[in-house]
Amino acid sequence: MTEVQNAANEMQAAVEMRAAVEMRGIVKRFPGVLANDQVDFDLRVGEIHALLGENGAGKSTLMSALAGLYKPEAGSITVFGKAASFNSPRDAIAHGIGMIHQHFTLIPSQTVTENILLGLDEPRFFMRLSDYDKRMAELGERFGLKIAPQTKVWQLSVGEQQRVEILKMLYRGVRVLIMDEPTAVLAPQEIEGLIKTLRAMASEGKSIVFISHKLNEVMHVADRVTVLRQGKVTAAGLPTAETSIPELAKLMVGRSVIFSLDKKPQQPGEVMLELKDVCADNDKGLPALKNISLTVRAGEVIGVAGVAGNGQRELAEVITGLRHCTSGQVLVNGEDVANQSALAAIRKGVSHVPEDRTHVGSAPNLSITDNVIMKSYRQSPLASGWSLNYVAARKKAETLKDEYSILAPSVDTQARLLSGGNLQRAILARELSAKPKLLIAMQPTRGLDVGAIEGVQRLLLAQREAGAAILLSSEELEELFALSDRILVMYEGEIVGDLVEHDLVQIGLMMTGGKKNEERKEKREE
Amino acid sequence: MATTTAPTKSSGLPFTIKIEPRLEVPGWLSPAVSLGAIVVALLLGAVVLIAVGGDPVASYLHIAEAAFGDIGVFSDTLVMATPLIFVGLACSLAFRMKLWNIGAEGQFYMGALGASAVVLSGLVGEETPKPLVLGLMLIAGVIGGALWGFIPGWLKAKLNVNEIITTLMLNYIAIALANYFVFGVWSEGGFQMSRTFPKSAWLPRLLDYAKEVPLFRGLTTHFGLVLAVVAAVIVWYILYRSRWGYEIRLIGDNPRAAEYAGINIVRNSVLVLMTSGALAGLAGMSEIAGVVHRLQTSISPGYGFTGIIIAWLAKLNPIAVILVSVLFGGLILAGREIQPSGVPRLIQGIILFMLIASDVLMRYRIRIERR
Repeated sequence: MTEVQNAANEMQAAVEMRAAVEMRGIVKRFPGVLANDQVDFDLRVGEIHALLGENGAGKSTLMSALAGLYKPEAGSITVFGKAASFNSPRDAIAHGIGMIHQHFTLIPSQTVTENILLGLDEPRFFMRLSDYDKRMAELGERFGLKIAPQTKVWQLSVGEQQRVEILKMLYRGVRVLIMDEPTAVLAPQEIEGLIKTLRAMASEGKSIVFISHKLNEVMHVADRVTVLRQGKVTAAGLPTAETSIPELAKLMVGRSVIFSLDKKPQQPGEVMLELKDVCADNDKGLPALKNISLTVRAGEVIGVAGVAGNGQRELAEVITGLRHCTSGQVLVNGEDVANQSALAAIRKGVSHVPEDRTHVGSAPNLSITDNVIMKSYRQSPLASGWSLNYVAARKKAETLKDEYSILAPSVDTQARLLSGGNLQRAILARELSAKPKLLIAMQPTRGLDVGAIEGVQRLLLAQREAGAAILLSSEELEELFALSDRILVMYEGEIVGDLVEHDLVQIGLMMTGGKKNEERKEKREE
Repeated sequence: MATTTAPTKSSGLPFTIKIEPRLEVPGWLSPAVSLGAIVVALLLGAVVLIAVGGDPVASYLHIAEAAFGDIGVFSDTLVMATPLIFVGLACSLAFRMKLWNIGAEGQFYMGALGASAVVLSGLVGEETPKPLVLGLMLIAGVIGGALWGFIPGWLKAKLNVNEIITTLMLNYIAIALANYFVFGVWSEGGFQMSRTFPKSAWLPRLLDYAKEVPLFRGLTTHFGLVLAVVAAVIVWYILYRSRWGYEIRLIGDNPRAAEYAGINIVRNSVLVLMTSGALAGLAGMSEIAGVVHRLQTSISPGYGFTGIIIAWLAKLNPIAVILVSVLFGGLILAGREIQPSGVPRLIQGIILFMLIASDVLMRYRIRIERR
C-alpha cells in the first residue's frame, strides 16, 4: 500500500512540471475585433491556472479555441506533448479537455445521472440507470462533489448544477478542465465548496483553468496566473505567490494611449438626475442595487466604472423606467419617475443607449428607418393622428444616415445586416437626435474599432457641450478618464468609490473588490 | 459571426457545399423563391401522380379547369376564397406580433352566431331595411369574434396563460355553443338548423343583378368578397402605415426593443387578439349572410385552421393573403370535383411544405464549390 503510494508520489513529482497544454501564437478574429492576438498559454499537469482579464479581453475566446468551439486562424495547440487540432467540443473531450460555460447545458426535467450520460453511447440498450447512479455517486465522493444522482436537475441549486457539470466532465475522463467564471453564479459558501473540489481535482493530477476577473479569488485559488488585456498576454504564468493584487490590477487594466479628446472645462448646470437610496432586484430576484445615491448635473459626464454584472445594467434600467425599484427615489429634472413606464422616461427627455444593442437596442429584421424612429414615431412630423408618415420617416432616416455616417446600401436595409459599429451609430443617431436632457450611455464603444470609438466619444462630448447630463458606464477606464468629470465605481450593486482624480490602480482595486476586502481586513485587525 | 461558413461534411465528394448567411436580400427574391417552390411542388406532385399510374398533365389541367375553367366555377372559387381571406388576415395580423392565434375557427363560429342572433332573436323584423340589418349583423359578427379574441388576450395579459392553448380550447367551446343554439334554441322543427333568414339578411350576390347584366346569371359571388378585400387593404394600412402597426411589427420582431421604446406590450396583445378575432368573426358573418343564409352545424369545413396555412403562405402579407386564398379556394373546390379528391389536397400539402422549406433560401445562400 505504502509502496504504491510512494510510487504514485514519485510519479506525481515527475509529472509536476510536465506541460498539459501548450498554446502558441493563437490568433482569433471576429468581425471588427481581434479577440486573440498571438497569445501563448501554458498549462501544467496538476495546477490551477487562473486566466485573468477584463470582459472582452479574450479569455473565453482563447479557452473556447482550446475546447474545440472555435478554430483559431493561426497558432498551434499541443496537448500532453502531441499536436492537436479540434473540430468540435467532442473532439476536445476525446483529447481530455472539457470546458464548463457560464450558462449550464443541463436538461432540467432529467436526473443528474441522465444528464451526465446524455450524449454518450451508454447505456447501450437497456436503461438500467441504478448502476450508473451508484457510479456517479462514487465519482462525486472522490472529488468532494456531493450530489444525489436521482435528483432532477430543476430541483438543484445553481451551485449543485455546477457540480453536475463538473461531474459530467470528470465522467468523460477529462484531464484538463476549463471553468468560465465559475464563481459568478455562486453564493459565498458555495464558492468555498467549489474551491475545495478544484483543489481535490488538482491533487489527483487534473489541470484546471480558472477564468476570472476577480483578483481576490485568483490570489486565493490559483497556483499561477496568466493575464490578458485586449487580446494580448500581459503576464504569462506568473506564480500567485510572487505577485500582489495591485500588480495584477495594473496588468489587467493596463495603460494605453488615450486619445487626445478636446474636453472643454465646463461649469455643470442644475441637477438633472438624482437617485436617493435606490434598491432594485435583478432578473433572478436577487438584490442588484443596494442603496444607490447619485446626482448628475446638466453639462456633466459622470462615469460609472465596474466589471460587468455589478449592477450597471440594473442602474440604467431603473432610470429609464424599464425596471422597478424596491425602494428609493429616482428624480429626473426634479420629478420622481421611479416605477413609472419607459414611455414616461422617454417623454421626460431621457435617452438610453442600451448595453445590449442587438437584443434591446434594435429590431433586427426591421429596416434602418423603422429602427431610428423607435422613440420619435409618436410625435409630429412622423405621426399624424393614427397614421405614420413614412415619407417623413424615410427622410429622417436618410438625414441621420448621412449625419452619423451609417454605412448601409439604403435606409431600407435590415438592422441585422449592419456591422456592430454601424448599428451602434444608428442607435446613437436615434438617441442623440432626440436632443436628450439626460443621456444614459451603457458601454457605448464596446466592440467597436478604434476609429468608431473615437467618433462615438466625440458625439458624447458634443452632447455634454450641448448641456445634456450624461451617465456613462464603460469597462474601458481610459474612456472614462477621457470623458468623465467624475467617476463612480460600482461593485456588487454598491457605489464603492467616487473619484475626481484618475487613479488607475485605485479604481482597479475598487472594481474587483480588492479595496473592500482590505478595509474589512483592517477592521478585523483593529 | 457573420462570416460563419459551415461546410456540411468532408465526405469523399469532389465538391463541398457551403451555406452562408445572406447579407443582402434583394426585393425580387421573395416572389421568385415562392414561385420556384410552387413549381418544384407541382413537379414533385407529378412524380407522385405518375407513381400511382396517373397522368400528371391531365390531372393538373383538370384541377385548373375545375377551379378556374370558366366564369361559373371561378365565381364558386371566389365564394370559397372569401372566408379564407378573412381568416388568413386574422392569422396574419396576430402572427405578426408572434401571437399564435389558432382560434380563428372558434372566432368564425362566434361571428356567425353573433350575426345570426341579430336575425333570429327578433331584433330585426321582416320590414327592417336591408342595409340596417346587414350593418347590425356585421357589428354583431365583429363583436362575437372579438370577444373570442379578448378572452385569450385578457388571460395572457393578466395571468400569462399561453394563448396557443386558450385559443385552441375556445374553438371547441364556440362550436359547442353554436350547436346549442342550432339544436336547441333556434332549431327549425327539430332539424339541425335554424330557419332561413329573411332576404333582408342576405348579402347581395352577383346573380341578384342578372336582370341588368345577363353574364351574372347563376353567379353566387357575394358582397362578402368586397368586404374581405377592403379588410385586406385596411389590415395592410394598419401594419405598414399606422403607428399601431409599427408597434405590432416592433413587438413581433423584438419585444425587448419594443419595451425599451416605451410600447405597452400587454395592452397590444389584447388589442391584436381582439382585432384578429373580429376579422375571423367577419368570416363567419359573411359566410352566414352570403352563402348559408341560416345557422346550422358544420358551417365551416375548418376555415379557421386553413387560415393559419394561408397566413404563412402569404408570408403574413395582407395583400398576398388575397391571392393565396383564391388559389386555395380553387384547390378546395377542385377537391370536390376531382376523383380521387385526395389529389388536390396532396398538392396543397406539397406546396405548403415546399414554401416553408424554401424560406431557408431567403436567409442563406448555398454555394457548391469544387475542391
